[in-house]
Amino acid sequence: MTDKLEKSSAGVPPEDTPPVSKDSEFSGPPEAIKAIPVRHWGRWVSGVVVVALLALLVNAFANGDIQWGTVGDKVFDSTVIAGAGRTLLISILAMVLGVVLGVVLAVMRLSKNPVTSTVSWLYIWFFRGTPVYVQLLMWFNLALIFPMLNLGPIYKDEMTDVMTPFMCALLGLGLNEAAYMAEICRAGLLAVDEGQTEASHALGMSHSKTLRRIVIPQAMRVIVPPTGNEFINMLKTSSLVYVVTYNELLRSTSVIGSSSFAVMELLFVASIWYLVMTSIFSVFQYYLERHYARGSSRSLPPTVFQKIRANLFGSSRSKA
Amino acid sequence: MTAMVKAEGVHKSFGAVEVLKGIDLEVKNGEVFCLIGPSGSGKSTFLRCINHLEKINAGRLYVDGNLVGYRQKGDKLYELKDSEVALQRRDIGMVFQRFNLFPHMTAAENIVEAPVQVKGVSRAQAKQRALELLDRVGLADKAGNYPAQLSGGQQQRVAIARALAMDPKLMLFDEPTSALDPELVGDVLDVMRDLAESGMTMVVVTHEMGFAREVGDSLVFMDGGVVVESGNPREVLTNPQHERTQAFLSKVL
Repeated sequence: MTDKLEKSSAGVPPEDTPPVSKDSEFSGPPEAIKAIPVRHWGRWVSGVVVVALLALLVNAFANGDIQWGTVGDKVFDSTVIAGAGRTLLISILAMVLGVVLGVVLAVMRLSKNPVTSTVSWLYIWFFRGTPVYVQLLMWFNLALIFPMLNLGPIYKDEMTDVMTPFMCALLGLGLNEAAYMAEICRAGLLAVDEGQTEASHALGMSHSKTLRRIVIPQAMRVIVPPTGNEFINMLKTSSLVYVVTYNELLRSTSVIGSSSFAVMELLFVASIWYLVMTSIFSVFQYYLERHYARGSSRSLPPTVFQKIRANLFGSSRSKA
Repeated sequence: MTAMVKAEGVHKSFGAVEVLKGIDLEVKNGEVFCLIGPSGSGKSTFLRCINHLEKINAGRLYVDGNLVGYRQKGDKLYELKDSEVALQRRDIGMVFQRFNLFPHMTAAENIVEAPVQVKGVSRAQAKQRALELLDRVGLADKAGNYPAQLSGGQQQRVAIARALAMDPKLMLFDEPTSALDPELVGDVLDVMRDLAESGMTMVVVTHEMGFAREVGDSLVFMDGGVVVESGNPREVLTNPQHERTQAFLSKVL
């Protein structure tokens, strides 16, 4: 570009050259443009509309027959907190079960062995093809068809003793989640460039080491965002284990709600806790994604605090 | 034992397409062996057969006297287990056109990985060696950089260092400079020249005729899955005998 400019101006006497090119670049900072910005009227109008609608909504709730005091009292009720704790516990355990089993299923599905890939396919077909609610009910009622759990010499007990509400919830949620995680993991593993496997094999690394050291760490970048999404989904889906009488957040709030005739108020309480938990994990997920973005871009995306700082103290400072 | 690589009637097909139609050649110990030819001539495929990234359909391929990918007992061939193939590959370094560095690891970690995982070298010792190798390829200051923070030429030099960390007796180069900006090609070729001078046996698929002429000890021109012409690079490149070689060289030189 500059080459062309210089060549074309080569024949022209120096007096005629406009002061646009070389000289102006070195003689102090150029004059800043002071133009009148485009007015975004639409933003103002939509802002007013939204504020008005919000005011109407707040007004409606303020005048509704809601005992806000009850909401405030029950948010930190020990039964409610215990319920929230169980929701968190069952979600985390079911998710761990789902992720571990999901990775195994994904590797099985992609394996060259036709037996393992078929087994994996069948598992996913069944657990993804039936509603989780139905699966929960089946675990809960398993004792109806198998009164005794008999694993030969290893273990023998009454099914009702084994299938506690906790076990029903864990198996119901976890095994269902595994089917979804298997598909997410499979997509992640397939997204890793084949050249990576080739390079690893060419260095003499075995299949399992290639998978563990090279492919899975890179697949994580694709797997983590939907997994975080799955976990947040799990926090809410766990409310379905109400049906297997596991005392999680929804069940503990509903029990209080129906006994104290404050059904809606206690549903608000439950919603508040669900929102708190999902919000915390959204932040956590952001940092997890940032961790696995290592090496995929030249600089890591900013943390939340760096973003806030940048917004508060002007965007010119610390963008990295 | 003078032949590092020996191919006898090597055939390779992808489905119905026959890519290699009987390759016979011999790479001597310590020589730089260049493979040239138009794209689709099968030269890269042949290179990938040498470390069994591709299975050959017919013929025999030996590296350092050992059959690649198979074991012969009497007149029967037995496929090697994956672990046995991996054992063979330890001694064969490979450098790819698209570098294929591990993007989630720094330059040093890329080099450390295989010696630690495959040979059981201690991490500290492997790190020490990695820094020496990085110094050798002129990237001593880039040890902590991720591949995305390196230029193509730098990445390829890290990839060469990574292959060298396994102390291979044979190095395969699959168009190592084809994905590079022209001004970065020189650095990579310098490293390869250096390596050739140290006595490494190298099989190089390349379009760099200058490199082949200067550094190469033998040269093979392939076209349509067969070896058309072979000999001393200086002779073949300046005075090609076969008309297909002449036609190809007139286009690239």
